[in-house]
Amino acid sequence: MSSLQMIIKRRTLLSAGAAIGTLLVVRPARAAEGDLPSAIKAFTSGAPVQRGRVKIDIAPLVENGNTVPITVHVTSPMSAADHVLAVTVLNEKNPQRDVITCRLGPRAGRADVSTRIRLATSQQLVAIAQMSDGSFWSDSVDVIVTLAACIETP
Amino acid sequence: MARALITMPKTAKRGEIVEIRTLIAHPMETGYRAGDDGQLVPRNLIRRFSCRYEGELVFSAELFPAVAANPYITFCTLATATGTLQFSWEGDGGFSQTENVVLTVT
Repeated sequence: MSSLQMIIKRRTLLSAGAAIGTLLVVRPARAAEGDLPSAIKAFTSGAPVQRGRVKIDIAPLVENGNTVPITVHVTSPMSAADHVLAVTVLNEKNPQRDVITCRLGPRAGRADVSTRIRLATSQQLVAIAQMSDGSFWSDSVDVIVTLAACIETP
Repeated sequence: MARALITMPKTAKRGEIVEIRTLIAHPMETGYRAGDDGQLVPRNLIRRFSCRYEGELVFSAELFPAVAANPYITFCTLATATGTLQFSWEGDGGFSQTENVVLTVT
């Protein structure tokens, strides 16, 4: 290969590199709405949250953040006197902290709910259950996401 | 009309806990995602799901953009008496759909 060809090749490579550079325009940062502690406070209205009675079932390593199965189990007799009123799932790093809030009652029989959610990146998830006696119980998990939601077209 | 799937037993014994699985076809567009033209795709979400057992609210959920497309929700209910379970989804742009399933309790 002559030196001239090498220069041309180098030029094309450089210009190609520049073109890629211009394509990678930084998107405007989306303002995340509030942080996790304030989202927890908004749900509990400032009441203390105890750990336990709630269990999150989710894969610790998520390959596709567009649809992540999650189950929340709450240990409760689900009687008229002692039952779960609400279960909420919150996240740490999606554009919005809320994921889903379920309202149950003694008619549920068992406080198990499942859904499929989106995860923007590796982050912490928190599930909080509100009991009929006014207490709040929670569980949290850390999940690693390899393909993020909200960026790729699903 | 979006396609909705409800999976639950047709019959149950009185006092038995029945697991109900629901799925509805819906894009759950977050409003954070850019389309092919680079513009943000407008938000289009299902905001609320509820289940009434013979008119009594037994389960409801508030959905946010983090719920995946084609919302899938499962929950349980106590089989009390033979009756109709009414499932309804409400969302942006006047989206509203209701499905009825009869549960026979023996």
